[in-house]
Amino acid sequence: MTPVTLPEPDLLVPPEESSPAADAGRAALPEPLPADRLQPVGSWGGSQGGMAYAYRPTTVAQIREVFALARSRGLTVGLRGAGRSYGDASMASENVSLDLTRMNRILDWDPETGLVTAEPGVTIRQLWQYAIEDGWWPPVVSGTMFPTLGGALSMNIHGKNNYAVGPIGDHVLYFDLLLPGTGEIVRCSRVENPDLFHGAIGGFGVLGVFVRIALKMKQVSSGLLRVNPISVANLSEMFRVFEQKLTESDYLVGWIDCFGEGAGLGRGLIHQANYLAPGEDPVPAKTLRVENQELPDTVFGVVPKGLLWRFMRPFVHDFGVRAVNAAKYWSGTRQHGQAHTATHAGFAFLLDYVPDWKKAYGPGGLIQYQSFLPKETAEDAFREHLLLCERRGLVPYLGVFKRHRPDAFLMTHAVDGYSLALDFKVTARSREPLWSLAAELDAITLRGGGRFYFAKDSTLHAARLNDYLSEERVRQFLALKQGVDPEGLLQTDLYRRLFATPVSGYK
Amino acid sequence: MAASSPWKHAIVVGASSGMGAEVARLLAAQGCKVALVARREAELNALAEELNRVRGGAAHAYVHDVTSYDEVPALFQQVCRDLGGLDLIVYASGIMPRVAEDEFDFDKDWGVVEVNLLGAIAWLNPAAQRFAAAGAGTIVGVSSVAGDRGRRGNTVYGATKAALNAYLESLRNRLSTRGVTVVTVKPGPVETPMTRGLGRMPFMISAPEAARQIVSAARKRAGTAYVPGIWRVIMAVVRAIPSAIFRHMKF
Repeated sequence: MTPVTLPEPDLLVPPEESSPAADAGRAALPEPLPADRLQPVGSWGGSQGGMAYAYRPTTVAQIREVFALARSRGLTVGLRGAGRSYGDASMASENVSLDLTRMNRILDWDPETGLVTAEPGVTIRQLWQYAIEDGWWPPVVSGTMFPTLGGALSMNIHGKNNYAVGPIGDHVLYFDLLLPGTGEIVRCSRVENPDLFHGAIGGFGVLGVFVRIALKMKQVSSGLLRVNPISVANLSEMFRVFEQKLTESDYLVGWIDCFGEGAGLGRGLIHQANYLAPGEDPVPAKTLRVENQELPDTVFGVVPKGLLWRFMRPFVHDFGVRAVNAAKYWSGTRQHGQAHTATHAGFAFLLDYVPDWKKAYGPGGLIQYQSFLPKETAEDAFREHLLLCERRGLVPYLGVFKRHRPDAFLMTHAVDGYSLALDFKVTARSREPLWSLAAELDAITLRGGGRFYFAKDSTLHAARLNDYLSEERVRQFLALKQGVDPEGLLQTDLYRRLFATPVSGYK
Repeated sequence: MAASSPWKHAIVVGASSGMGAEVARLLAAQGCKVALVARREAELNALAEELNRVRGGAAHAYVHDVTSYDEVPALFQQVCRDLGGLDLIVYASGIMPRVAEDEFDFDKDWGVVEVNLLGAIAWLNPAAQRFAAAGAGTIVGVSSVAGDRGRRGNTVYGATKAALNAYLESLRNRLSTRGVTVVTVKPGPVETPMTRGLGRMPFMISAPEAARQIVSAARKRAGTAYVPGIWRVIMAVVRAIPSAIFRHMKF
């Protein structure tokens, strides 16, 4: 055997005195937080990951303790509810994530007036299940029942009835807001601190913590809605039918098959729904029971729905979705005009039919691009959106169409017009082209005087914030923030992305 | 044009010279934001300036002695915050003082244990905990072929590298089912300022070449990578030499 000469393996670094500058740098480092607090706190759509030091208080005193802790470490605090925003609105990467889901008590309920007072972590699900047997339903709900009330107010969510009843903020009587700066709690309503009232609702959680929310519920005389499915052959027809049905509908929502091309561009299905008139439902006490509202746990009575996304996953690519959408559209044309009844929960929470459906999109997750356009420019803009997606080869797998009306909130996303929400699958390869596409879509939206929605946004660039909100509105919002949070304690990844200028330095 | 990095935020400990510096250069060139951690301030700042000249914000520098273990938990959190996340850590700090044939100097040996082993544990433990919680991440430990066999000329250096190998293997076994990649790198001789006076050694490669192979091994999620690959064969032979013969050999 030939002996092998082993060399000296690697380098020798001569010892050296450490410099005074390094020692000074060391002394400045704050004490670390417990490493096991560091947990994944990502976007709901799964397209952005992040880690944050998670704290889950149950009392106002504990919130104040977390503020003090963060302050002592030079960290910022991001508020988080159910974490249902599609993008980075509830993320606080490398900082403190204040998760409010355990502050979830319903504090007061009056079945006579429908006035409910609740903590911010109460979910929409908790709320409807609590109130429905007394004949009340949340006035505004999202397409999923899992968001918290705190999150719903922060984003000022809207439902399929936005054009008729406005966003959730329009049904809030008052709230108590814990201010990050002084730690005091102030009551805000349309008469008390109206600026904060109109700023914190829709203020994406950077003005303060909602610790008590008073909301007026909507009275219903039955657990059922009458639903009328309407199929539309293209985008123009979608607009036309919406305008026709607007005054006679309590809810209206459109589904668009984004693979529709040419004459079929924007084809889809509309679901129109109305409350039943008092007396119309012979057994309201029965239809209003929670168990009769609940979505079934199984498909065909046997397959647990928790497994469904696994069956969907093999179809979630261009070819599969094109086929599934076409089948859905054509079966929809068969059901055209066949009115039927549906439960409130069954009609409202379409996104909850398949639990964890987002997982069917694969490891890269999804983003949603939702834009809101005035009725005068909406049709042209949405047509341009759909054509551009087609041209770029990035076709959304889901398109949802809704009607809106303006409201009085400072950071409102609503317009007297329409919104189109487009879900895109994100993969390692599609990520960059997708973000470029979003920038192109933004240009179309802004040219039409359109707006965006922070609960959905992942892609908007800070440079376009003023074009969206107007310089004046941004200035007003930052002035409000300066007043209640002069040190900028409350920050989220979205806040950093779009309002990158440190608030204290804002002129 | 180098392929773009699968990592966005990396820490390189021992970044002021040698393989650590070259790995940092390579990562930065591939678009990864790099935290440079090292003891020697002047070299560190020069490298940070160099990388930031090419692309602003590409590098952050932290003056730190890896034997200041108490400092690590806070510094680790600070670095992750400055980077905006973490998906790769490379531990490349190491010392190898010359040890004479009859020298048994505890203080000198202790210094080697501190830098080569304890410093690695101090930095890689928090990284391992973080990556396990995240369900993703890559840990690269720069060990050495010297850990494969207890050579007469290389007592504690080889012992620390053997311990580092076992530590890294254990991390790999703990974390691989949780989405975390742990790579043990075993370089042979590499051209660095420190080997310049030692003449031409067999299969010696340049530091940039070593860095290229290290990063490539990490991309491929190799468990153990010999750098260059020929050392896998050589060390298999060396390991097979019976102890009774090995103790009479001169190297």
